[in-house]
Amino acid sequence: MSEHIVPVKNYVAVFLSLLILTALTTKVAYIDLGQTAIGKTHVIDWNTVAALVIAVVKMLLVVLFFMHVKYSPGLTRLVILAGFFWLAIMIALTLSDELSRGWTGTPQPWSLLLPVFHPFF
Amino acid sequence: MADMAHTVPHSPALVHQFETKEQQHDAGSLGMWVFLATEIMFFGGVFMAYIVYRALHLEAFIQGSHFLDVTFGATNTAVLICSSLTMALAINAAQTGKSKSTIITFLILTMLLGAAFLFIKFTFEWTHDWTEGLVPGLHFTYNGPHAPGVQLFFCFYFFMTGLHALHMFIGLGILATLTVMAYRGRFNGEYYAPLEVSGLYWHFVDIVWIFLFPLLYLIGGRYGGGH
Repeated sequence: MSEHIVPVKNYVAVFLSLLILTALTTKVAYIDLGQTAIGKTHVIDWNTVAALVIAVVKMLLVVLFFMHVKYSPGLTRLVILAGFFWLAIMIALTLSDELSRGWTGTPQPWSLLLPVFHPFF
Repeated sequence: MADMAHTVPHSPALVHQFETKEQQHDAGSLGMWVFLATEIMFFGGVFMAYIVYRALHLEAFIQGSHFLDVTFGATNTAVLICSSLTMALAINAAQTGKSKSTIITFLILTMLLGAAFLFIKFTFEWTHDWTEGLVPGLHFTYNGPHAPGVQLFFCFYFFMTGLHALHMFIGLGILATLTVMAYRGRFNGEYYAPLEVSGLYWHFVDIVWIFLFPLLYLIGGRYGGGH
């Protein structure tokens, strides 16, 4: 079904949804959705979450209908998922380092331990 | 055996390494998606750097974001979505065997919308940023709170929107080529592969902007009532 022809009215429906979502994401940015603290150092900013969720929904609409992925064979979908999976690996591994920097104490030089070991030398 | 290929009749729209038109179509899309997967990582690197530096300099990035005009950002998002629709309709026109003038009309509309996006970006936004002294390295005069971090934000802003604009220019070149091909009657209900894969590229560039718009313009605590 790869050469499936999407009816024009479907394209127009997707187009209108995208415009509505653009208006929505702009509107939501001006409303304070609040924040939730996780641990001592990090917070979830719900405005950021809302903006990104709407962006992902818009992306899915474009990918599935404008880019015909809804009608694409499994192999094409696998390649697309692999592309996003690699992006997810990069972001997850980088942030696991970046966001956990403050979790452990700053390493001290060995010389600071010298008084402790001094009696033994 | 050598001339077997020449004796097997096939449609001019089907090159002989493929068994069916469907297989040929799927192979073309797959190849384009492999390229787009590399583009995801190409832009992904910049997005990754943006995420890390935003986390490190949150206050400054919020401050920087307030210098951008949401109206232009939202308008440009709408303009690109319109251009994605006209691109999809150009392909649809070819698929359903519409006249070449219909295909050309939709391609030219797509180009005009793409050009409108770049016009708004450069004429209203970048020029304004220049007069406000917000261009790092060349003309940066802001020295309010978090000045070094704001400068970093604008480095990202110009690099990300610039990289996106470069893709738009390439897209306009591709669309111009397609228009000439359509004018020469190259596309019909049987053969429209160049339109299809170029459409994938155009929609991809649209998706990049769909993420740039909230990341640069919106998530800077707009509800706080300005800076």
